[in-house]
Amino acid sequence: MTRTARFDLRDLVAEVLEGVGARPLRLFVSLLGTVVGIGALVLTVGLGQTAGGQLDAHFDSVAAEHAEITPQKKQGADGEERAAAVLPDDSVDRVRRLAGVLAAATLTALPTGGLRVSAVPVHDPSEPETTPPPVYASSGELVEAIGARLVAGRAFDEGHDARGDRVAILGADAATALGIRRLEAQPSVFLGDRSYTVIGILGKSATQAHLAAAVIIPTGAARRDFPAIPADLVALHLDRSAGELVSRQAPIALDPNEPDVFTVAAPSRPTALQNEVGDDLDIVFVAIGLITLLAGGLGIANVTTLSVSERTGEIGLRRALGATRRQIGAQFVTESVVVGALGGVVGVALAVLAIVAVSALRGWTPVLDLPLAFGCAALGAAVGLAAGAYPAAKAARTEPADALRVS
Amino acid sequence: MTIREPRSDQAAPLVELRGVGRSFGSGRAVTALAGIDLQLPAGDYVAITGPSGAGKSTALNILGLLDRPTTGEYLFDGTPTAALDDRRRSELRGSGIGFVFQSFHLLPTRTVRENVMLAFTYGRIPRHERATRARTALERVGLGHRLEAFPATLSGGERQRVAIARAVCTDPRLLLADEPTGNLDRANADAVLALFDDLHADGLTIVVITHDPEVAARARRRVVITDGRLRETPMSEIDR
Ligand SMILES: Nc1ncnc2c1ncn2[C@@H]1O[C@H](COP(=O)(O)OP(=O)(O)OP(=O)(O)O)[C@@H](O)[C@H]1O
Ligand SMILES: [Mg+2]
Repeated sequence: MTRTARFDLRDLVAEVLEGVGARPLRLFVSLLGTVVGIGALVLTVGLGQTAGGQLDAHFDSVAAEHAEITPQKKQGADGEERAAAVLPDDSVDRVRRLAGVLAAATLTALPTGGLRVSAVPVHDPSEPETTPPPVYASSGELVEAIGARLVAGRAFDEGHDARGDRVAILGADAATALGIRRLEAQPSVFLGDRSYTVIGILGKSATQAHLAAAVIIPTGAARRDFPAIPADLVALHLDRSAGELVSRQAPIALDPNEPDVFTVAAPSRPTALQNEVGDDLDIVFVAIGLITLLAGGLGIANVTTLSVSERTGEIGLRRALGATRRQIGAQFVTESVVVGALGGVVGVALAVLAIVAVSALRGWTPVLDLPLAFGCAALGAAVGLAAGAYPAAKAARTEPADALRVS
Repeated sequence: MTIREPRSDQAAPLVELRGVGRSFGSGRAVTALAGIDLQLPAGDYVAITGPSGAGKSTALNILGLLDRPTTGEYLFDGTPTAALDDRRRSELRGSGIGFVFQSFHLLPTRTVRENVMLAFTYGRIPRHERATRARTALERVGLGHRLEAFPATLSGGERQRVAIARAVCTDPRLLLADEPTGNLDRANADAVLALFDDLHADGLTIVVITHDPEVAARARRRVVITDGRLRETPMSEIDR
């Protein structure tokens, strides 16, 4: 008689499964909130990760075919960083001859201090003050060299460049900011009071994402209208297998005497590779998920309370059969933990299905942290634990003599 | 039927109540038991009768370690129970005491066999013996052919026999029954009483609360509880 009661884990699990499975409809109802809550959380995070993963994957594949050459920087006596060398004016011709270079273009940020950039010729005083878009000069092959596409119109070519034509292409965001949507009417963009005909709108570039906000003009026109400054970088489109060879040969081609002053590198990864789904939307979804989850927890608490009061007679019987208070409490709290965990697992499963379906529709590779998925299922269990703790304690406190009076 | 006093040369009684009182609530408290003494040697068979609200169920709950007396002392098998914690008391209930209730207390979602096996959940019976023991107990009450039936499909008498099988399948020392025939017709009540006779013959100690003189008549001893006080009664007084 001194041995402890034999109610072991196996008995507990068997009793809990009986208890949970005894009322399928009620189980379904009490699962609902947790399923939706956890599902919304996993879906939000998973879609974010998947979209982010697409950008990453896209960037990696673009990066394998692109490089940029920059002059090395060194610290001047005043602590300022400045270029240790200058990219020669004929940089593009020099590197374009190398085997494996499919396209090359210089890119130069032009000094526009105080310059008005606008789609209308005269200054309208009622126009709100905005920061003007940055202006870049580039050579003819820019679009290919940075691995972008034009969403409208066409790019300028060597001809425009050589003639010094005042033409421009706009980054997509700059076009929106300037109110230019259609190119049929040959809109112009004014840099100061000089008019540039907009001939193309640039799509997203994985390697030079910042150009989305920029106005880009040919170097020929820049030489006419802006003070002469050397290029910041040479962007290269490479044959996939040529990357290493080119990175050795390009600096020599640029300056056979002092090749070390040039660096050839894969395009730098944008710091914030954010997904397209806005952060605001994410927060709304996470909030909806959390609120639903809270409701789910209250649902479980309700159902457990109901189940405890409905099963008062059973509690009395179990006590008469030798159950301790602790065992009664364990049974009910485990039941609600199991319901919560089940809700978590089903929620995660449904969310994964949804992510896979969305990815299939969009041709994406679904991405989801495994630990995150497990974590969310565990979150369901935690919700069950929190929800079941009070009713289970109440069940444990029930006096067996009172409980048995309830038939 | 003769009234035999339990043999005095026996060792400690299985059950001993010494001045046990139980009152409920504070302030104008209800006194359900006003100090009762009772000794049951092992193998005894006692009927408790008395008017409604007299304290019979209260006494039985105390005997079953489901409730604690507010005054006095309860010794089970020579052990004072006042100092035992919930775990030890539960253990004693699980292995030493069987209960039969007027309202059967069967779980509707479980089969007859599963209902009986519930008794093993908290006891000390090894897992591999449980199914056989349950079947043996059910055969003994004449329900060996209804193992997989659900309680809803059984008659009242059959349900009570399942409850008896559940109460005795763990081989308890003491069987406590509160109005076991209260919901049954004569024939079914007789079947239950026959089972009690059978169990008593096997040496089980039985305490049964009843309003039914015929049930009381089957016991070896009769006691009456009135207004929380207990007294031993001769057969004639009950038979009126
Ligand atoms: N938990 C409780 N709280 C308050 N009073 C109680 C409680 N349990 C029992 N009582 C009171 O104690 C008294 C004895 O109750 P008990 O259930 O023991 O009577 P009984 O003899 O079994 O009656 P019956 O034959 O109707 O079952 C009654 O007055 C009852 O109201
Ligand atoms: Mg009673």
